[in-house]
Amino acid sequence: MSAAAQPVSTGSSDAMDGVQRAVRHNLWTIGLLIFLAVLLVFTKLIQPNYGPTGIQGLAVSAAALALAAVAQAIVVISGGIDLSIGAMMAFTNVVAAQAMRYTDDTTGIAVAIGVLLLGLLIGAINGALIVATRVADIIVTLAMSFVWAGCALLVLNVPGGQADKWLTQLASGSLLTEWLPKPAVLVLLIIGLIWIPLRRSRLGLSLYAIGSDRLAAFRSGVSVGRTKIISYALAGLFSAIGGLAITANTGIGTPLPGGYTLTSVAAVVLGGVSLAGGRGGVFGPLVAVIILALIRTDMTFLNLNSNLATVTQGVILIVVVMLGSLAALRRSRA
Amino acid sequence: MTVSTAELVLDATGISKAYGAVVALRDASLSVRPGEVHALMGANGAGKSTFVKILTGAVRPDSGRIALRGRESSAHSPREARRLGLVSVYQEPSLLPDLDLRSNLRLTDTPVEAFRHWMGELGHPQLDLSTITREVPLASLRIVDLARALAIEPDVLLLDEMTAALPADLTEHVLDVIGRQRGGDKSVIFISHRMIEIAAICDRATVLREGVTVGVVDVAPRSEERIVELMLGKVDELPERTDDGARVAAARGADATPRLAVNGLGSGTALEDVSFTVYPGEVLGVVALEGQGQDELFDILAGAIRPSRGEVQVDGSAVTFRHPADAIRAGLVYIAADRAEALLMQRSVRENISLPTVAGMRRWGLINLGRESGKVRKAVDTLQIDARAGAEVRRLSGGNQQKVTIARWVTDGVHTMLCFDPTRGIDIRTKNQIYVLLRELAEAGAAILLYTSELKEIQLVCDRAVVIFGGRVVSEIEGRDADEPTLLRAAYNLRADAELPEETVAEAVTETPTEPEAPAETPLPETTPVESVPAQSASPETAPTEDDT
Repeated sequence: MSAAAQPVSTGSSDAMDGVQRAVRHNLWTIGLLIFLAVLLVFTKLIQPNYGPTGIQGLAVSAAALALAAVAQAIVVISGGIDLSIGAMMAFTNVVAAQAMRYTDDTTGIAVAIGVLLLGLLIGAINGALIVATRVADIIVTLAMSFVWAGCALLVLNVPGGQADKWLTQLASGSLLTEWLPKPAVLVLLIIGLIWIPLRRSRLGLSLYAIGSDRLAAFRSGVSVGRTKIISYALAGLFSAIGGLAITANTGIGTPLPGGYTLTSVAAVVLGGVSLAGGRGGVFGPLVAVIILALIRTDMTFLNLNSNLATVTQGVILIVVVMLGSLAALRRSRA
Repeated sequence: MTVSTAELVLDATGISKAYGAVVALRDASLSVRPGEVHALMGANGAGKSTFVKILTGAVRPDSGRIALRGRESSAHSPREARRLGLVSVYQEPSLLPDLDLRSNLRLTDTPVEAFRHWMGELGHPQLDLSTITREVPLASLRIVDLARALAIEPDVLLLDEMTAALPADLTEHVLDVIGRQRGGDKSVIFISHRMIEIAAICDRATVLREGVTVGVVDVAPRSEERIVELMLGKVDELPERTDDGARVAAARGADATPRLAVNGLGSGTALEDVSFTVYPGEVLGVVALEGQGQDELFDILAGAIRPSRGEVQVDGSAVTFRHPADAIRAGLVYIAADRAEALLMQRSVRENISLPTVAGMRRWGLINLGRESGKVRKAVDTLQIDARAGAEVRRLSGGNQQKVTIARWVTDGVHTMLCFDPTRGIDIRTKNQIYVLLRELAEAGAAILLYTSELKEIQLVCDRAVVIFGGRVVSEIEGRDADEPTLLRAAYNLRADAELPEETVAEAVTETPTEPEAPAETPLPETTPVESVPAQSASPETAPTEDDT
């Protein structure tokens, strides 16, 4: 924003320039990483034997939420919001757990792929309804959250089913060193494999475009409706991966959605994605998820009421976002 | 002169489009030859915007056909129009603010080298493509948008008032580059309110009036007069005004204090320097083409935005409005063209009329219902509001809705009324009632500022009129002299002196038949009164409110 007043700089761009720009464009994420580092030091101070086991626990508890946050981030970047992410996760979770009751490891993989396709499909249904009915995103996805939650209960009305062994093994233990929990590596791998190529593609550009300015995107030749449907389908896909993560983590299917939907919105906001769309990425929300999970852990270490953790999460959300917009305001006035 | 249809780059014929009961286009056509810069002209509400939306594929016509290079075009989106060879540049750049410039180019498949070439031609050779678009100054973005369109080398480049908000030096570059497009096999459709630009770079001009293409003019010296003549069409006879203006002259006497005085008012680049005075008992008209700064002027006076320079005086003392409530307290009330801006559509006539009185922050406690209903009854009677469907204002007709917005201010006596196109989209009967009401209010001592997109209202209602062009007052005209031709010429800033010799007008008309492609004398169909085509170009989607009843 500070550049608005000065004329556009020259075309020469050396490496220093590139680094500077990368820093400038990712200020928020870098700030979050610093905040996370401070929080980790604080954790180590109050609990001197915090180590691999703690990190392992953190990764396990944060994996599903991280996937939910990525799902939400994609939709919010495209200018929407998805209130059915928690319900989609519950739905895919019970479908996976119910189907895996009858499978062995080989057919289990087919089930997992089927669940991912199911996620894509139900996400696309959300998006198609929004585009076809022109009803606001928030209303359609709120309504669909009841539909998908109902479907979950139809599949399994009490917690049950089971997870295949290969799946549970994926979500526990560590890789190479005990400091690298497997779920964390896996989540990063999945997001990296899907998000990074997407971000560099024309489709990724279109996602940012429709979130940034629908009319300008339309006039630039972006198919707004189709791109919107794809953004919701991707959210469905990541929700399904999140559903599988829950299945792996708990070993069963639970038909009631956890608090994933609203926490994913919180993580997205804390992660520097503008709710107005068009700005941010998925790595900010990822860091935000770890911060939110770590705060909860610290509260336990401090022997405080766990409900206080929820209050603290809310306060941090408001303070961080407020500081962020104050900084943006100051920069735009400078 | 005769060019066969196959040679035309773009040929649109018989285009019509209606939004509900409002007819935006009845029979529009446009033929663009290879290598020409073709102006598309039309006064406010002529249907220009709708025509542009149809050409670019953003809106589908009800009937008619469009051919590009002889091939029938069925573009249903700007993307398809682009593929068929038609690219548009608008006053507001179609660039994504959150992406960097390179991504914006990639989104439209624009070749970077060609883009750089055109940026150089347009006087902007150095530009870092990894800059986030939001951080580039707006004027540069307009140039980027144009260079991006030129780099695609479309058969037809459509420029929709893109020079309207451009600084003078950049405009020069743009006109230079566009002018050099002439003679090749690519064509340009150029839309601008500035006659001087039309004269400088255009070969021909197509004129729209009330949704119909009324003529095609070869641009030559003095063809401005013919274009204006075509845009005007038949001027309606107006009923005689009974008042003689003596009362106003008295009010404006030497030692009188103006009710409202504006000195050197400015806001950003839209409103440059506007000064005028309104005296008690006077109706001052404001005439301007779309986007000449009148929106900002009224927003400032109504307290919605703050001016960046200049001064507003009420009854001789300077005022600063921080909030519309300040303006209302100073006696300045605002009547918007869009009733939805003023009314609580789901609430009753009663609540809407009494809202300004009861919404004062210092009034607590219960509303005195007895006094309220008395007041409302009086207002409904005075303004002859048809309040049968009064339980919900949104079920009233547009005209009755506008009466409600006026009624809420009138009941307690009004000092200064700011009317921004108050009769937009309203039936003729209600319009006449509003004219009478405005005159009555003035005679009772109110000062009224009236912006209108219907020029004939000026002579009907106003004592004086100021004409704003490019954010400045370019002329001031006495009400009795303010006929439509005078006002339209002034609005296009054609002559400093408003009077135009009668012969010139007549000559312009008689010359027209020599132009074979210009059915300039096509009379208006008798069955379609002027009022059936309100200012649809301003907001075609919201215009048809009247058939909601």
